[in-house]
Amino acid sequence: MLVLPQPRGEISEAILAALARSVHPLAAPSPAVPIDPLSDEDLQLALYCCYELHYRGLPGVADEWEWEPSLLALRRDLEACFEAALTAAVPRPPPPGGPDQMDLALRAVADADDAPSVARYVERHATVEQLLELVAHRSAYQLKEADPHSWALPRLHGPPKAAIVQIQTDEYGNGDPARIHAQLFADAMDELGLDARYGAYVDHLPGSTLATVNLMSLLGLHRRWRGALVGHLALFEMESSVPNRRYASGLRRLGYGERATAFFDEHVTADAVHESIAAVDLAGGLARQQPALTGDILWGAATLVALDGRAARQMLEAWEDGASSLRIALPAGRGATPSSAPS
Amino acid sequence: MDEARITSYRDGPLLVRGPFRLEDQDGTAIDAGRDTIALCRCGKSRTRPFCDGTHRLVRFRAPSGAESRHAG
Ligand code: FES
Ligand SMILES: [Fe+2]
Ligand SMILES: [Fe+2]
Repeated sequence: MLVLPQPRGEISEAILAALARSVHPLAAPSPAVPIDPLSDEDLQLALYCCYELHYRGLPGVADEWEWEPSLLALRRDLEACFEAALTAAVPRPPPPGGPDQMDLALRAVADADDAPSVARYVERHATVEQLLELVAHRSAYQLKEADPHSWALPRLHGPPKAAIVQIQTDEYGNGDPARIHAQLFADAMDELGLDARYGAYVDHLPGSTLATVNLMSLLGLHRRWRGALVGHLALFEMESSVPNRRYASGLRRLGYGERATAFFDEHVTADAVHESIAAVDLAGGLARQQPALTGDILWGAATLVALDGRAARQMLEAWEDGASSLRIALPAGRGATPSSAPS
Repeated sequence: MDEARITSYRDGPLLVRGPFRLEDQDGTAIDAGRDTIALCRCGKSRTRPFCDGTHRLVRFRAPSGAESRHAG
């Protein structure tokens, strides 16, 4: 991130103003419950800023803020609001017959998803501008891809730990920094003429997009949500190969080459492997080892479907209206047109 | 791991882990580019012999264990 984001309301304003100074007890207004916490601009940006302190930090913000009790207390209130909205919006899916049926139960969660497919739209219809918007939305997570799920590593042991480590090893490039998935995404952004620096588009992203990332941080930072975090990752891996093939073919349709499609192509093959490991060995393995987490695993998967679905609807509705799906449209001429003409 | 382990996943691909050599019928090596690979079992992948997730789209169904000759 290059500069601190612009505040979007009372809470984010109080947090951002405080963070710009050295660490001190924060006197923030106690948050009122917004109408729709799952897409509320102020709440989601405030949470996003709180969470970023646990990843790479925020520009110009003292490291000490990460563990400042008054900020953590405010974050807890914001999280309570986010969590209550999630609990209300996402019912608990029916449990599997046994841990050996976890893959079937997870697939049922995916099959119940009735949100329109952004990937299908991108494959067939998206304009270059819409494609660039999609990549900007995705950058909020993809530039730190796999990091929120890595919070699960110290909280697991035995077979599910071995399974998640195998997945994360691929996400982190198997020892080759150039193959780290977040780096492949940065390369794609660069090739598309977008700003690949971490956090460059935060001001552009609506609350519904920030919520998809905040969800992972919420589940990741609280050990009590380890089951849900695993379920979230499992469904993410299970629902990845086909959409990524569609994104790659959308890029090719618009004339983009290898450097732009590498991230998406890699995910077609990598996630064809990850799907089975995540559903059976990781999620099923955890349910076998700790049956009490079964319900949380499935609920975590369902929260992914719910929040991604909301973000997808909002994006496609904006595009249908011929509008930008971002809060602030990308600067005109920002995106590089493909170097080779579409065939 | 000193021998390859091939796992057949329900309704999905065959995962191959461990030392293996993948080749075409003429013995020419097929570069998998990774240590653990998923081989398509549904026949509908666009990147055969590798799985590309299409089994989900075509609702491929197969048990994880061996099918019985006398099932039914
Ligand atoms: S088994 Fe996955 S595409 Fe055929
Ligand atoms: Fe990845
Ligand atoms: Fe993956």
